[in-house]
Amino acid sequence: MRAGILPKLLISPSVLLVLVSVYGFIMFTIYLSFTGSTLLPSYSWAGTASYHRLFGLENWDVSLHNLVVFATLYILVAGVLGLALAILIDQQVRGEGLFRSVFLYPMALSLIVTGTAWKWLLDPGVGLEHSLHDLGWESFGFDWIKDGDMAIYCVVIAAVWQTTGFVMALFLAGLRGVDSEVVNAARIDGARPWQVYWRVIIPQLGPMFVSAFVILAHMAIKSYDLVIALTNGGPGRSTWLPSVFMYQYTFTRNEMSVGAASAVLMLGAISIVVLPYLVGEYRKAKNG
Amino acid sequence: MASLDLAHVKKSFGNVQILHDISINLQDGEFLVLVGPSGCGKSTLMNIIAGLEEPTGGEVRLDGRDITQVAPADRNVSMVFQSYALYPNMTVAKNIEFPLEMRKVAKSVRDERVHAVAKLLQIEHLLQRKPRQLSGGQRQRVAIGRALAREPKLYLFDEPLSNLDAQLRVDMRTEIKKLHQRLKATIVYVTHDQIEAMTLANRIAVMNHGVLQQLGTPWEVYNRPANTFVAGFMGSPRMNLVKARLVSNEGALALEFREGGGEAVHFALPPDRVSPALAARAGQDVIAGLRPEAVTLNADGRPAGPGQCAVEARIEVIEPTGADTLVVVDLGGHEFTVRLEPDVVLAPGQRIRFLVELGKLVCFDATSGTRID
Amino acid sequence: MASAATSRFDPTRILLYALLGVLAVLFLMPVYVMLDNSFKTLDEIRGGNLMALPHDWTIAPWTAAWSTAQIGVQPTGLKPYFTNSFLLVVPAVAISTLIGALNGYILTQFKFRGADLLFAAMLFSVFMPFQIVLIPMARTLGLLGIAGTIKGLVFVNVVYGIGFTTLFFRNYYAAFPGELIRSARMDGAGFFGVLWRILLPNSAPIVVVTVIWQFTNIWNEFLFGASFSNYKSYPLTVALNNLVNSSTGVKEYNVHFAGAFIAAIPTLVVYLVSGKYFVRGLMAGSVKG
Repeated sequence: MRAGILPKLLISPSVLLVLVSVYGFIMFTIYLSFTGSTLLPSYSWAGTASYHRLFGLENWDVSLHNLVVFATLYILVAGVLGLALAILIDQQVRGEGLFRSVFLYPMALSLIVTGTAWKWLLDPGVGLEHSLHDLGWESFGFDWIKDGDMAIYCVVIAAVWQTTGFVMALFLAGLRGVDSEVVNAARIDGARPWQVYWRVIIPQLGPMFVSAFVILAHMAIKSYDLVIALTNGGPGRSTWLPSVFMYQYTFTRNEMSVGAASAVLMLGAISIVVLPYLVGEYRKAKNG
Repeated sequence: MASLDLAHVKKSFGNVQILHDISINLQDGEFLVLVGPSGCGKSTLMNIIAGLEEPTGGEVRLDGRDITQVAPADRNVSMVFQSYALYPNMTVAKNIEFPLEMRKVAKSVRDERVHAVAKLLQIEHLLQRKPRQLSGGQRQRVAIGRALAREPKLYLFDEPLSNLDAQLRVDMRTEIKKLHQRLKATIVYVTHDQIEAMTLANRIAVMNHGVLQQLGTPWEVYNRPANTFVAGFMGSPRMNLVKARLVSNEGALALEFREGGGEAVHFALPPDRVSPALAARAGQDVIAGLRPEAVTLNADGRPAGPGQCAVEARIEVIEPTGADTLVVVDLGGHEFTVRLEPDVVLAPGQRIRFLVELGKLVCFDATSGTRID
Repeated sequence: MASAATSRFDPTRILLYALLGVLAVLFLMPVYVMLDNSFKTLDEIRGGNLMALPHDWTIAPWTAAWSTAQIGVQPTGLKPYFTNSFLLVVPAVAISTLIGALNGYILTQFKFRGADLLFAAMLFSVFMPFQIVLIPMARTLGLLGIAGTIKGLVFVNVVYGIGFTTLFFRNYYAAFPGELIRSARMDGAGFFGVLWRILLPNSAPIVVVTVIWQFTNIWNEFLFGASFSNYKSYPLTVALNNLVNSSTGVKEYNVHFAGAFIAAIPTLVVYLVSGKYFVRGLMAGSVKG
């Protein structure tokens, strides 16, 4: 039905809000990154000075390096573990609903809650290391969260725990969407169970892998809450991520344009991951 | 190729019994068709032969070897599925090659086989395409090709033609028959279409509600159906199954068709056409079975010859099909379909005379539906 | 996938259940630890083992977390912030859901130029890093006079929730049987008639999914809360973080755990009760664009 004036009118508030608060604000922040704003926005053009400054900062290097390590491990481990769980649960286990609930419930928790729980669990003074010492295993050491080089891996652990259930649900839906006659055909053709998965089922999960990658990648880039709750960026700045950097430089260190620049780069990174995916989906929808 | 023996195969899910005591012996090179309505258990039986499901009781033997507990991969059986079940992520060539790969056949041998099979099925030009780029008929051939590649001991076809349109179905039916003649393969074929069953099978197993109703050649199943179910299921238009009473008429037996208080119609039965079992039921009701084509129009009123009886009845409906004329007549209050020549000129309400071939008459017990021999 | 095993004692099945069991325990462990240690005294935690059950059960950490713990400069416990979150979540979920339903309706039942582009543009707001809008949003809230208030947080969460809610309703209404709507139109139903009488009454599943999704996301939200509220209007997540990350004084782990659990209970309850609707929400955002 052709749109009369009423529908167009009713959707315009949303259009306006999105236009302004998403795209308008993005433009604003991009502009800010080319100024010399410190505590408050200043609108005088400063070229790429903030970006130069950004790339020269060691804090940014650390953030970037951490992001690469974190994102790679997070996507790989959550992806593989999620797939493995999905395959296990797909084996017609009794109590499937219960298992699924157990693996998925962390998704219902705030990342602050997750961070809090894991913070003390991984703390050598009160958590795992301390408990195992108490049980008699004196030589056990696990102080990663206090170790500048290893703390980022703790963030990986907590993030994987949070999200693996979701990846599992995604792959499980994919597995269940595979035509069972094709699976039967493979069984009759002589494929052993692992071959059926490897040669027939998993190759058909292509779209799921893409979805999982896009969502995990964008969550990794946006990760903020978890880091704050788990390590507050520490020890020192060893678990800073670009999101932490942005917040710190904008609100605490009064270098707004540098913060804006870092936000723009975060946007760029997410766009690279998400836009091809969205365009692909948009084309698919248009073609029916 | 090999023989297949099903011995007292049973299958139940919890309290529901899907298959009741199925026993079938298939010779090497035979084409067996399992036919029956949806839910009759034929697909379950097929799955049990393939090893995709385990029977609750009974045995499956292939070439003498007990394969009841053997995994499908090790049974040396091939299957063509209703939905073709081609591997979507592989090309046609790789699809056909897959079973050979799983058997660890050498690459050069595999390539040879793939080409040989593709040539046989005329799909050589499709080898590098993916399944989604093929039409239904083409996918069908690829599915058959994949089954042929391995040269198994037994071929299973699970309603392979159901998803094709009518004309293609008829063409592919002939192709499958030719393939059978060429390969002399042992084949078990499942369908709900009784015409496919009749045209393809060496023997037909008619099933209903998990029970084997009859196992016989197409001729046997068509002309000497074991019960009213088989009689009504096979053949189109279906066999006329009409309740009648065996009456004694001047010392000879006749079938009396009378519904309500109306006019009665009689089929006179000469003594040499009446078996002892039938004679023993004089005075009782039976179900008379006669196929529409077992009558001839008797416009001149000739008397009945040996093995015939003369009948006169009123026409209710005339249905010209082009190839013949189906006429529904009133047989003592029952509807009775006869098949006549395409060019007869008749009108509803008219009375016609026709001759019944008593050799084609089959009588069934009125309560159990079983054939009276 | 495998045909039903006749023998329950098949070694592969045992291995399967064992593996799943171990993983399940690992997944439950953090919450078990939180709950378990929230009932212990501080001495017991420091002296003993994080996994052991409490020797001397105490609910003092819970009462402390709720009403007396130091959050920032106020010793009020989490209670006022629990209320704040509640006052934030209810209107934000209601408003964003309604807007999403309206948008979904308009985008699927009416043809106008740019409808698909508009939808794609809204969709992007779901993925973008919210850091990019923090600065201008802070200024805007100040200009609107709602900076540092719960109203402000409601506004922000609604604005950035529209993308999701529109996505959910749009996909649902796109699959809605067109004949129902066409016959309603032939019966004379207008714009709102179709919405109130046909679409909304049949939208229960997607409304549930959307409400659960929005509730979970907004209750658990942290970044906007941390950026746009002050000590009076902190949502619960921010208050919890303040509680845990206070750098001075003795670390009261048991109170932290109790507090974290208090923050987690509403969304956990919703999760346990809603089961498949929760999953549907997760899937809706990822599988179909």
